[in-house]
Amino acid sequence: MKAFARLYEELDRTTSTNAKVAAMAAYFRSAPPGDAAWALFFLTQRKIKRLLPTRVLWELTLEMTGVPPWLLEHCYAAVGDGAELVALLVDRPEGGPPAEDLSLERWMQERILPLKDMDLAAQARAMREYWSGLDTLQILVLNKIITGEFRVGASATLAIRALARVAGVPQASMAHRVMGDWQPSADFFRNLLSAEPEERLDSHPYPFFLASPLAQEPASLGPREEWMAEWKWDGIRAQLVRRGGATYVWSRGEELVTERFPEIVAGATHLPEGIVIDGEVLAFRDEVLPFAVLQTRIGRQKLSPAILADAPVALMAYDLLEEGGEDLRERPLAERRARLEALLARAASPALRASPVVEGAGWDDLARVREEARARNVEGLMLKRVSSPYRTGRRRGDWWKWKISPYTIDAVLIYAHPGHGRRASLFTDYTFAVWDQGELTPVAKAYSGLSDAEIAELDAWVRRNTRERFGPTRAVEPTQVFELAFEGIAPSSRHRSGVAVRFPRILRWRKDKPAAEADTLESVKALLR
Amino acid sequence: MPDLVVSTPVGLFCPAGGFHIDPWGPAERAVLTHVHADHARPGSAAYLGTEASVPFLRRRLGEDAAVQGAPYGERIRLGDAVVSFHPAGHVLGSAQVRIEAAGQVWVVSGDYKRAPDPTCLPFEPVRADVFVTEATFGLPIYRWPEPEAVAAEVMAWWERNREAEVASLLFCYAMGKAQRLLAELARFTDRTVLVHGAVAEMTELYRQQGVSMLPTARVAEMPARRSYAGELVLAPLSAGGTTWMRRFGERETAFASGWMRVRGTRRRKGYDRGFVLSDHADWPALLRTIDETGAERVLATHGYTEELARFLREQGRDAGVLATHFEGEADV
Repeated sequence: MKAFARLYEELDRTTSTNAKVAAMAAYFRSAPPGDAAWALFFLTQRKIKRLLPTRVLWELTLEMTGVPPWLLEHCYAAVGDGAELVALLVDRPEGGPPAEDLSLERWMQERILPLKDMDLAAQARAMREYWSGLDTLQILVLNKIITGEFRVGASATLAIRALARVAGVPQASMAHRVMGDWQPSADFFRNLLSAEPEERLDSHPYPFFLASPLAQEPASLGPREEWMAEWKWDGIRAQLVRRGGATYVWSRGEELVTERFPEIVAGATHLPEGIVIDGEVLAFRDEVLPFAVLQTRIGRQKLSPAILADAPVALMAYDLLEEGGEDLRERPLAERRARLEALLARAASPALRASPVVEGAGWDDLARVREEARARNVEGLMLKRVSSPYRTGRRRGDWWKWKISPYTIDAVLIYAHPGHGRRASLFTDYTFAVWDQGELTPVAKAYSGLSDAEIAELDAWVRRNTRERFGPTRAVEPTQVFELAFEGIAPSSRHRSGVAVRFPRILRWRKDKPAAEADTLESVKALLR
Repeated sequence: MPDLVVSTPVGLFCPAGGFHIDPWGPAERAVLTHVHADHARPGSAAYLGTEASVPFLRRRLGEDAAVQGAPYGERIRLGDAVVSFHPAGHVLGSAQVRIEAAGQVWVVSGDYKRAPDPTCLPFEPVRADVFVTEATFGLPIYRWPEPEAVAAEVMAWWERNREAEVASLLFCYAMGKAQRLLAELARFTDRTVLVHGAVAEMTELYRQQGVSMLPTARVAEMPARRSYAGELVLAPLSAGGTTWMRRFGERETAFASGWMRVRGTRRRKGYDRGFVLSDHADWPALLRTIDETGAERVLATHGYTEELARFLREQGRDAGVLATHFEGEADV
């Protein structure tokens, strides 16, 4: 457990990708295989069922320490992490008799997983005992595991990269080996590391070609005829690979997400062998559904029939990278596109759709069509050069994203809340208001967009200009104006203002603007059209 | 009975004695608890501090400032009050200020700690009717490990960096924390530690008062293009992110402070390591000290004042807040 906790700390400590991969590789090399299997389980973001809710840990903490509940809230504001809060209250930083270090595998098998079958009183007794034998860091890691909130500062992709390095195999084939449902065990881990004689690379996607944002006028790109326009979909970029009788869906992060999208896998059975399609996974029922619908599916471990019915998906295909096992990436887009349309017409599967080409004779016509983007739940237009090959990575010149500009308003800061994680104990989460009949009505919460220096300045300002405290939240003098941007706005009965905004963020601190000149609720509602 | 200490726009003031304590604006007479920059500000007409703090005060306030020193325990009459200094254990020369007037005793703690520190006298509990306490770390999450164990961690970190041939850059307060580290590390090694100029000046003043520490050398006196691989360097926070840092090449950074107890704080500040070493009282030490003074009334002055005062009230004590303009983060 000690070694795993130390790995957690190392991953938490550094922002360097190389250092993270090196730390994980070192752990995989030195840990007993049973421990390494559990570590891999957690590092690839797999989860055990929550054994105890954070609330129960908090209640136990209150009971053990005699700290009153309001004070626990204030401590939480300074810590910004529930599992760490408990660790910092129940630990013994001054040290105690060192307990025997049990392996991660034995911790999981003999202590953590058995919590599931205990009643509350027995769980409480067990937790007290566990906590008493561990240092602060290990208590933190234990708390995160049992509350089902274990997350590390490294993606599954990095863990796979580290393991691929230890095993001496390509990353993509390790990704393939680690996919699916498996139970952590020493045998499983040993099998992962043993080299397979014939490495099957059937599953592998091609590196994604990424578009660059269009900053200049589109007319500067040259004649309209040289360009193809499509909607810029707001979904999950993915490659569909159909080879060796099997189907694989890869996200842009080289993550295999096949199991998340059974509709697409079913549709792919209508495709011939040796096909790779590039496109976007969208929530789709007769038409494209808002991103929020797709979000309800992302991150679900189990797809219930209800979720599948409420948030069905389709692949909006826009490029064909391989057909009949032949790599088409050097062929011009016009040809790839024609072959894609023919292929999808033959497959005739509702879950595989060709992203329509957006018409419009000149750049001006196209600009007008682009204004429909919001109504269509898309982010704008993509412009692709019809003669271009399918390139690798973010290469400027052939693919441009021409997004619509966000809505903006000027609003007054009225509340500040302490942030979480690395922003704990700084006031970084803000509530903004606009004028409604002479009063300020909250309209948006935002916590991103300011630089670290601005955050520090605003934090100090909040401390000096507090009007009232509500627990850790401060009501501040309503004098500071901020320009906010957001992507969408919808009527809402859950908000006092009557509107809900999407992805609000701070564009700038308008120190030049007095509060009286901030926007009114009326002008905000006018954006609803 | 009138309050012996009240809050004014320039800081705490004792009306009976006609003096301010650690004023941040100009005052007739300033009584100082210790020499940190936020407590010992220039601009007052006359200063009274402990004898041990005088060399530091001269450095900070200039040779022309009217600075008077008094030994711990000596009773000094100021106006209608009798004032004396008592060790606070915060840094060398730090003091609690005991004020006796109109039949009452008030003790203003200044910054203090209860953990052992080889560079200064330990905190001395003083009986008081009213105890004015700091509350920098006035939350129960702030509980300190043994300083000796922390020093061992620092040493292990330095050793690992020596093996990896990278420099160890340890940020800390230039007055107090740096010397405490130099004294604590002397348990493990006799190697020379490199120091920033600000640390060097303060360390020199500590040596003049007989505090025993590891040998030090100034970074500024090192030859150009010297390698710093394997060296331990102590630097003030203000040196972080400046061009002064460039010379060290590959390095690990760390910060020694009570704030490092919380992971999020360390991550936000961007240090590779955080060592939990504080010159302030932790939560149990605050409560224990309040008990030991026997005070009927407790006033919290800076940090988590509202939290500490409310907790004490719920324990049945008379407790409140005495506003100062130091808020939290500034104290390290």
